[in-house]
Amino acid sequence: MNSSYARRRRVNALMLALTALCAAVSASVLLGILGYIAWRGASSLSWAFLTRLPAPVGETGGGIANAIVGSAKVVGTAALLGIPVGVASGLYLAEYGRRGRFGFLVRYAADVMNGVPSIVIGLFAYALVVMPMKRFSALSGSVALALIMIPVVLRSTEDFVGQVPGTIREAALALGVPRWKAVAFVVLPTARRGILTASLLALSRAAGETAPLIFTSFGSPYWDQGLLNPIATLPQTLYNYAISPYEDWHRQAWAAALVLMLFVLAVNASARLWLRPPQGSSS
Amino acid sequence: MNPIMNQDPAAPSSTPAPAPPPRAAAKPVALSVRDLRAGYAGGAAVLKGVSLDISERRVTAIIGPSGCGKSTLIRCLNRLHEALPGAFCDGQIMLGGRSVLDWDPVLLRREVGMVFQRPNPFPTMNIFDNVAAGLTLNGERDRAKIAERVESSLRRAALWDEVKDKLKSPGTGLSGGQQQRLCIARALAVEPRVLLMDEPCSALDPVATARIEELLLEIKETLTVVIVTHNMQQAARVSEYTAFMLSGELVEFGPTQGLFTKPADKRTEDYVTGRFG
Repeated sequence: MNSSYARRRRVNALMLALTALCAAVSASVLLGILGYIAWRGASSLSWAFLTRLPAPVGETGGGIANAIVGSAKVVGTAALLGIPVGVASGLYLAEYGRRGRFGFLVRYAADVMNGVPSIVIGLFAYALVVMPMKRFSALSGSVALALIMIPVVLRSTEDFVGQVPGTIREAALALGVPRWKAVAFVVLPTARRGILTASLLALSRAAGETAPLIFTSFGSPYWDQGLLNPIATLPQTLYNYAISPYEDWHRQAWAAALVLMLFVLAVNASARLWLRPPQGSSS
Repeated sequence: MNPIMNQDPAAPSSTPAPAPPPRAAAKPVALSVRDLRAGYAGGAAVLKGVSLDISERRVTAIIGPSGCGKSTLIRCLNRLHEALPGAFCDGQIMLGGRSVLDWDPVLLRREVGMVFQRPNPFPTMNIFDNVAAGLTLNGERDRAKIAERVESSLRRAALWDEVKDKLKSPGTGLSGGQQQRLCIARALAVEPRVLLMDEPCSALDPVATARIEELLLEIKETLTVVIVTHNMQQAARVSEYTAFMLSGELVEFGPTQGLFTKPADKRTEDYVTGRFG
């Protein structure tokens, strides 16, 4: 065998091993974080921890039930506000604003917004909602998280709608279907898997955000008192507990981190499982 | 120069008005096209003044090399060409005494259906819903009427026997040839007067192609078919009339047999004998 060919095969084997090693390192970071949090947090995780209110300072025990409910409420409201706006804007960009100045501006604004530090988004929600209402509220936290979700959902919707083949649009138009019906009942459903996946990923990202909630939803040691009052959330409770001087709270912070990680993992996994294309379909 | 059927002497045209070819108007005219020009803003014209009369309840084939404008021509007939950015189309097209270019495109397309080059069933719909789409998306609610129309359309497209037991399974799960027949059924379900077919068999194997050609012979009993094809044997097999196009112009148009056996134009002869294209 030719010696330069043998050398190329050796280089190939070496490079293949290197890329596999890098892939293993990337995956092990996630597994390492998960494992460490599980190791530190699992011991404090109990039914009481998940179902009770926080204990007053100085007492041990207590739980994060209010933060779990609060996170669900704040993130859920954010999804209700942000996902429809994101999907509608993405649909507009893909179907009507592909070229032209307005489309360019919206796309550019979304990309910039995606890169704005989340604490700045929090400040913006503070100015937009908290100051006029003169109170911290769950609603203002939801607005901040919605602002974080919109650009993610918008750009993914645009991508997935843009990937729907033009022949599918033409097939609908050729049946004498008005353009808006073709978009709403043929193009959008064809892209729905991608849009739902992107929405769930945006939701799980928003669920983990802490900075935008500090001066919006503010936090609370009590049960949820409606959208117009301060509310406890998981990431913020975690943050408060982690920077506190109490040993018991540190333990609880690890357990809260575990709960948050499991939630994000569950959302991600279900996004992938539910939205898998059905067998025997080429779509 | 070359004979163009029924050239309207009133229409301004770069080509001299020729004598109508024999037996050209034996059947009533379904679509009459006069001096049709089309293209894209800022680009070269794709159609440079095409005139022809398409006979009712006959198959008219349009042949010619790639880029000659044959697809653009039929896409003007249902005004899908104009849906592309920057596209324009002018001249005159008459369908049943009405001007196609003044028609609301959405309503026009219910009279002039289309089947595309690649089978394009709606991926989110099952077989039944695909065929029913033209009705349901346009607000038809009568379930019995929809079911009846779906069955009759699938029968006309020679697909009913193969799919009657799996109407609820996805349309994209069918073979390529079946998908194309599904698309034909979907177009027929709207009950158009004219069916445009843009190289409907170019993505299919010979067996699937033969089935489509067979069903064409059936459906032309009730509607006018215009088929663009790269395959000259196909044009010869399925059509009564054939138009040969080159560089955006109609070179020759007449009864299929005459065009293939005694072409009047040298360029047609070169093309049909395989000397170019």
